Amino acid sequence: MCALASGAALGVGEFPAPLAAQPLLGGAQKQDDAQFTVEAKFYQKLDNKKIKCKLCPRECTVGDRERGYCGVNRGGTYYSLVHSRVCAAHVDPIEKKPLFHYLPGTVAFSLATAGCNVNCKFCQNWDISQSRPEQVPAEFTPPKRVAELAKQYGCRTIAYTYSEPVVFSEFLMDAADAGHNAGIRSIVVSNGYMQQESLKAAYGKMDAVKIDLKSFSESYYRDVVTGQLKPVLDSLVTLRKMDKWTEIVYLVVPTLNDDDAGFIGLARWIKTNLGLDVPLHFTQFHPEYLLKNLPITPVPTLERAKAIADAEGLHYVYIGNVPGHPAQNTYCPKCRKMLVERIGFTASQNLIRKDSCPFCQHPIPGVWHT
Amino acid sequence: MSAKRNASRRDFLKQCFTGAAVLRASGSMGLLASAQQAASAKSRVVIARDDLLRGTGSTVDSRRMLGLLDRAMQTLCDRDHAVEAWSKLVRPGETVGLKVNALGGRGLSSNLQLIEAICERLQEAGIKAGDIVVWDRETDEMERAGFRIAMGGNGVQCFGTDRLDYEQELVTHGSVGSRLSRILTQRCNVLINLPVLKDHDGAGATIALKNMYGVIHNPNKYHPNGCDPYIADLNMLPEIRTRMRLTICDATTAQYEGGPAYKPEYSWRHNALIVSQDPVALDYTGWQIIERKRAEKGLKTLEAEGRAPHYIATAADAGHQLGTNDPGRITVAEV
Repeated sequence: MCALASGAALGVGEFPAPLAAQPLLGGAQKQDDAQFTVEAKFYQKLDNKKIKCKLCPRECTVGDRERGYCGVNRGGTYYSLVHSRVCAAHVDPIEKKPLFHYLPGTVAFSLATAGCNVNCKFCQNWDISQSRPEQVPAEFTPPKRVAELAKQYGCRTIAYTYSEPVVFSEFLMDAADAGHNAGIRSIVVSNGYMQQESLKAAYGKMDAVKIDLKSFSESYYRDVVTGQLKPVLDSLVTLRKMDKWTEIVYLVVPTLNDDDAGFIGLARWIKTNLGLDVPLHFTQFHPEYLLKNLPITPVPTLERAKAIADAEGLHYVYIGNVPGHPAQNTYCPKCRKMLVERIGFTASQNLIRKDSCPFCQHPIPGVWHT
Repeated sequence: MSAKRNASRRDFLKQCFTGAAVLRASGSMGLLASAQQAASAKSRVVIARDDLLRGTGSTVDSRRMLGLLDRAMQTLCDRDHAVEAWSKLVRPGETVGLKVNALGGRGLSSNLQLIEAICERLQEAGIKAGDIVVWDRETDEMERAGFRIAMGGNGVQCFGTDRLDYEQELVTHGSVGSRLSRILTQRCNVLINLPVLKDHDGAGATIALKNMYGVIHNPNKYHPNGCDPYIADLNMLPEIRTRMRLTICDATTAQYEGGPAYKPEYSWRHNALIVSQDPVALDYTGWQIIERKRAEKGLKTLEAEGRAPHYIATAADAGHQLGTNDPGRITVAEV
């Protein structure tokens, strides 16, 4: 689940706190759409001024002046409406993404635009992810400015998060370039529901990736997510081949994706296709959006999921959204000593040295120090 | 479709009152419906045409439009005078929203002369000008379609939802979870739907039911699978159902291919209004008109193209009962 777009908003002029997970009272501000509009990178022109979007597997065919799940087609040219259109910006601990094996203890300049290419019934940020860009207050924040702000706030990374970065791929790619030029890395929190070409082009510019694998069931993806599982699995395999540091989050929703068979299938698939060292986070669901009728995930359910994944041999299985739970810490898979202690979203202690356990010298995968 | 060409008004009225079954259509069919549905077995759809609507030019003649509207409404409501017909639909003190469709720009949006005619008759029926609001999603889009924006004062109001925003709270039914336009929820207690008759590349046809996509903040989420069951689910929302009194579909210019954007090469001057209190019956009837035009032009049926408007049947099914798509239960009068 994407981290909630709330909390410590930036109190700077550009982003008066709290910036805009919630639309301002009195209606969305009138915005100059032109400054946010750039031609999309991934689409194909069709007859009759139609286009076929090639960004995600949905492949929306969009008529003239219509929109797909995101973007708008004008006269056979497809446009992104969200380039530099930042509707949420915060400085977050990187553990909040969550990325546990990537620069622990650092903060990420975290931003979002409106829009998403799926419609998860449990979305925490539905008010920005399920809205059109013009319905959400936003500020013009071009890539160079993003990099400047990240640097100004002492961030090692720019995080594309909260809504769904797939839909702002053009902006993400440009901001990543600007960040790299300024010595700032980029990380993305995504559903991974992309076509292979766009994935390679856009996430090829990322330094680390967190994928929300929302279930191991196609029916869940169809009914709860409004997407498909297979392309997400393909994305994970491709990211692995691209040697991108990748972590996986699985939001455990009571009664919908909390069965043992699903946990076993998931763990075995990861073991077979990605290896034992990919961190897997089982996180706790909270009733939101269209699933307010379900309870919070019981902690024993999360512990059962972890036990199953541990038993399948995965080395780094975490429990998330449960502050203080010992399964938030990183342990050496060989000697079982605690290596990184986390309290809430803070890495309070990091004992890893030279990418290894200081007690038994077992290598610990990840990017631990800048 | 049980089209009865050239039926006299007397014949039509006779047909309307000979049935036995009561149509369980939308939750609130308005004042007229409450009086007539009990006696009527069938849903009425009136198609009023005037081949001289534009005279010899391209612009719709306002006087002829008023006459065309009157003919349609008098037939639908079984009244000899237009104001009497409107008085069966609205009461003084009510606030009336005219939900237009401005997506197609000047070429294919709800006709301005039609809207002026409706506003005139509403006022004669006792509705204050300031209690009428002409609206769609975006003010800019309405301006591009030729609407003169007016907000405040005593005259007819005309603006888009962007001026008032959407409600913060989600409303849900079935597959749909959306925020509703505050124009709908706060500015009108009666809704008159003014769609345009046109082809839609995804849904097949966009007429009455689909025009409600302009009421919500996230219509782009509801286009998969030919908009089915989303269109039907959306029209089930109580905030829409309880306000909906009438649909007047603008078929002065219609489009049989390439929609929903305006494509002059695929549009034709049908010079008609299609009027009904049953949006499902109206959509079914409009779909047949589009199919006939497609056949005339040598195009495949929408079914053959894999985009038949199945949402119409869904709107009529047991889970929705928004109206009927059974041609045997639709009485079409062409006047």
